[in-house]
Amino acid sequence: MALRITHRLENSPFRWALPVAVLGLVVLGWDLVVRLNDLPPYILPGPLRVLDTLVADRTVLLGSLMVTLRTTLVALVLAAVGGGALALVFASARIVEFSLFPIAIILQVTPLIAIAPLMLIYLSTDTAVLTCAWIVAFFPILSNTTLGLNSVDANLRDLFRLSGAGRLQTLRLLQLPTALPYFLGGLRIAGGLALVGAVVGEIAAGSAGQGSGLAFRIVESGYRLNIPRMFAALLLISLAGILIYAALSLLSWLLLRRWHESALGTGN
Amino acid sequence: MQQTRPAGPEAGAPLLALSGVGKRFGNQVTALEGLDMEVRRGEFLSLLGPSGCGKSTALRLIAGLAEPTSGRIDFNGEHPGKAASPHPSVGFVFQEPTLMPWASVFGNVHLPLKLAGTSRREAEPAIMQALELVGLEAFRDAYPRELSGGMKMRVSIARALVTKPRLLLMDEPFAALDEITRFKLNNDLLQVWRQLNCTIVFVTHSVFESVYLSTRILVFRARPGRVAAELAIDPSLERDEAFRTSPEYVALCRQASTALAAAMNAG
Repeated sequence: MALRITHRLENSPFRWALPVAVLGLVVLGWDLVVRLNDLPPYILPGPLRVLDTLVADRTVLLGSLMVTLRTTLVALVLAAVGGGALALVFASARIVEFSLFPIAIILQVTPLIAIAPLMLIYLSTDTAVLTCAWIVAFFPILSNTTLGLNSVDANLRDLFRLSGAGRLQTLRLLQLPTALPYFLGGLRIAGGLALVGAVVGEIAAGSAGQGSGLAFRIVESGYRLNIPRMFAALLLISLAGILIYAALSLLSWLLLRRWHESALGTGN
Repeated sequence: MQQTRPAGPEAGAPLLALSGVGKRFGNQVTALEGLDMEVRRGEFLSLLGPSGCGKSTALRLIAGLAEPTSGRIDFNGEHPGKAASPHPSVGFVFQEPTLMPWASVFGNVHLPLKLAGTSRREAEPAIMQALELVGLEAFRDAYPRELSGGMKMRVSIARALVTKPRLLLMDEPFAALDEITRFKLNNDLLQVWRQLNCTIVFVTHSVFESVYLSTRILVFRARPGRVAAELAIDPSLERDEAFRTSPEYVALCRQASTALAAAMNAG
C-alpha cells in the first residue's frame, strides 16, 4: 500500500510542489515571527530584508561569491586530478597503498578547523584557504576511486588476459570504466566538502588576509553587527553548494545515463 | 536439416591432451589429481560431474588461465591459449554473461578483436557475422541492461565466436537460465557448432544437457577430481525436440546418470 502511494507520488507534480510549499511555509513562518515580535534587523532580519540587502550589496557579495566559488572549483579540480592519480598508483602497487593510506586517513580524520591556523602560518592566505578546501575534497575521491579500481569483475579480467590484453589496455578499457561511477560518487561528495573547506579556511584566515570570500564577509559583517548581510552571504553560500551539487549530478548523469543502474529511471 | 557433420581430414585427431595433471590451491585443496583426458578435433565434449569435482578447473587449465601443479598439457601444434597471435584460437564462455555494462552489444563482441588491435571498421563484418550466428544482429546498439538473461548469454557466445576460435570452452554457460531458454540455446549452440566446424568443451552438471549436446561425455568424480567414466554418443543422431523424448535419449541419460552416481559414491 505504502509502496503504491510512494510510486504514484514519484510521477505526480506534487513531487516538486510539496517541498517548494514546505520551504515557502518555513520562510513565511520566519517572516511572521519577525513581524509579530517586531524584531529589529540587528537581532533577526526578515526574509525580505535579506533579499533587499542581497540586491543592495550585490557588487560586494557577488564579488565574494566568485572568490569562494573559484577557490572551491580549483580545489575540486586539483583533488580530482590528485585523488584520481594517486588511486591509480595505489591500484598498480599495493605496497604504495599500504604505505600512504594511513597518512591520507590521518589527514581526513583530523578536524580541518584545527589544521587551518597552522597552514596560515606556513602558507600565504590564498594558498592556505585553497589547501584547506583541497584536503577535505581529496579523500573521498581517493578512497572511492581506489575502491572502484579494485572492483573489476574477475571473469572480465580473465577474459582480458585470455585475449592477450596489455596492462594499458586493461587499465583503459576495463579498470577505468569500472571505476568511473565510484569516482563520480566521490566527486559529488568532494564538491560539497570543498566548499566547506574553503569556508573554514576563510573563517580561520579571518581578518588576517585581504581575503574577500563569502565566509570572510560573514565574519566581517558579524563584527559590524550587519546581520542582514550575514544572512545574505549565508544564502549565497547555500546557493553555491546547491549549484555545485547540481552541476556534478548533471555531469554524472551525462556520463552514466546509457549504462549505469544509478542513472536509470524506475523504468516502464 | 543437416544432421551429420562434414568430416574434415583431421576430424577425430587429438587437439590437446592432459596427462597426469594435478592442481592444488594452497596446501589444503586438491582440485585435480592424475587427470588424463584428451580433446579431439571437431568433437562436442562434455565434462559432467557434481559441484567441486574440478571440471571448471580443468577448463581453466586448458584455456591457460591457470597452470597445472603437476603433469602436463600437450597441444597439437601451437598453444591455443597463447594469445600472442593476433587471433587467439580459444573462445571462453563463463557461467555469467560477463559483459561490460558500459559497452553496447557491438562493443562487447568487438572486445577480443579490439584487444588484438583490430579497429571497429575492420572488425565490423566479423562482429556482424558472430551476431547473426546467435540471432542478435538487430540488437547491435543495445546495452546489456536492456537484454534478457538468455540474450546476454547469446552476446557472450558471439563474443567468444568472433575470433573464429578452433576451440570453444564453455563453463556451465546455461546453468542460470530457465529451461525453455536453455533448450533454445542448446539447439542454437549445436547449429553454431555444425556451421563453424569447431571443437567444443562444455562443462555442465546436467545429465540431460550433456547427453543432448555431446558426441562424448567425460564423467568426473570429486576429491580429488579426475575422470571416472567415458560415454560416447553417436554423432549422427539428430538432435531435436523429438530426440529429447526418444527411447535412445532416455537410455543414454540412464547410462550417464548411473556413471555419475557411481562416480559420486566412489568418492
